[in-house]
Amino acid sequence: MSKLQPSGIVAAFAWLVLSFLALPAFAVIPVSFTDTRYLALPQEHWSLQHWQAFLTSDAWVASIWQSLWIAVVSTVIAVGAGTLCAIGCWRLSSGLSEKVRSLMILPMAVPTIVYALGIYRLYVELDLVGTALGVILAHAVTGLPFVVLTVSGSLSNLDPRLEQAARGLGASVRQTLRYVIVPNIVPGVLSGAIFAFIHSWDELIVVIFIGGRALFTLPRRMWDGINDNLDPVIAVVATAMILFTLLVLTAELSLRARRAS
Amino acid sequence: MLSRTKDVNRVYWLIVLPALIMLVAIYFVPLGNVLLTSVREPKPGFANYELLFTSASVQKTLMTTVRIAAITTAFALLLGYAVAYAMRAATSQRQRLMLFCVLLPFWISVLVRSFAWLTILGPQGPINAALQGLGLTDEPIQLARNETGVLIAMVHVMLPYAILTLYANMRGIDAGLVAAARSLGASRFQAFRMVFLPLTRPGLIGAGTLVFILSLGFYVTPAILGGGRVLMVAQYTAIQINETSRWGLGTMLAASLMIAVVGALWALSRVIDVKRLFGA
Repeated sequence: MSKLQPSGIVAAFAWLVLSFLALPAFAVIPVSFTDTRYLALPQEHWSLQHWQAFLTSDAWVASIWQSLWIAVVSTVIAVGAGTLCAIGCWRLSSGLSEKVRSLMILPMAVPTIVYALGIYRLYVELDLVGTALGVILAHAVTGLPFVVLTVSGSLSNLDPRLEQAARGLGASVRQTLRYVIVPNIVPGVLSGAIFAFIHSWDELIVVIFIGGRALFTLPRRMWDGINDNLDPVIAVVATAMILFTLLVLTAELSLRARRAS
Repeated sequence: MLSRTKDVNRVYWLIVLPALIMLVAIYFVPLGNVLLTSVREPKPGFANYELLFTSASVQKTLMTTVRIAAITTAFALLLGYAVAYAMRAATSQRQRLMLFCVLLPFWISVLVRSFAWLTILGPQGPINAALQGLGLTDEPIQLARNETGVLIAMVHVMLPYAILTLYANMRGIDAGLVAAARSLGASRFQAFRMVFLPLTRPGLIGAGTLVFILSLGFYVTPAILGGGRVLMVAQYTAIQINETSRWGLGTMLAASLMIAVVGALWALSRVIDVKRLFGA
């Protein structure tokens, strides 16, 4: 029996707030099947016309692929650099390496608009505006905190003597990483990869600034659609993005369950 | 042996390096550039910063930003506290379900959620359809494209941060203390107000600061639900750059925002372990 007993009113209120949290996003699902030309629930019947418009539109389909490969490449970079950094900081565990780890988290705290202005100016000088390379680098560096945090979390459960034992038995640093440390933190690395992927897949503000005329990721095209003409195709895109997120979330939760067991 | 340790340490510093170089070159250099530009354009000096005190439109934007962030924080704390408290008291199976409800919206992008609110609150949305269906109103009520809409959606986006921070704090509280107060004759409300509530003060401070500073920098939600009528500082900054190319003013606002946020986090870090707020 739990020792805290909230009154029935508090518990009911809590569940009300929880449904306020969980439900609204799903409102876009019925709207995506509307038979009207504006954003509304289906009036006469459910219709697939906007789904068809979405899937047969070259522009939207191109955006999906663009978002996908930019997210994949920036995730690979963030996971590679972030995992090595977390391992290095864990093994060094000095005052200086702790500072490095704190710095790595800063991109999560600084408002994105500030970074967007700065990276735009830098890319104008480097001629990287409107290039995939530019967006990939920006997404990779802002994805680093997610990887450093999750991998550090995994490492904190790892006995540092394991590393010392491997080294004492004559393993090189490379062998220690390859055969001792990395196999023990795989769930943390995968979690970090999922977070970094979602970060890039959803990222809008930076891409608005540095996307130029060539790069229209899914969030950016959706943003333009919301600002130009609010047609129900956007509800279709939103539905697709929610379903995709749920898929990835399920993967993350099962990883977490595996880590716990 | 000592020199070997040194060599090994050098190798470990070497593997830290790629991430560090990336962070400095593609993150800190651009941020530094924003700070520099704010005191260099259109001419050297702090003229841009004077606008914080002299320009009526800048001040109006700042007032709007602080007001919306403060109201959002108040609602997020109030609603979040109830949820975190119920979660703390629930059985572990219930807890998992509640946590899932909190994390689910956390995972869906802010853009998608803001758009969802626009369809829910819009003139043809389900809320107005229900109100008209019930005969409570003839004309659709204006719920979006104004401050009400911005606040509803911002509280929705910020609630998970408040709940998770408060819950982390409440988990560390010994529920036996409340039981002891009860057995000593305190009423349920007295036990809560005099024992439990004071113990959650660090959680309230942490959650409140976090929600407030994150709200200050919001761009997407106010832009979509404000319909151009509710200008917060991030959107105002973007307009300076994209529409009028006033880089001096834009970077000054961005720099001020950054200084306010990082400063508040630094102050907070002296009271609580800030890294834990970000899931470390």
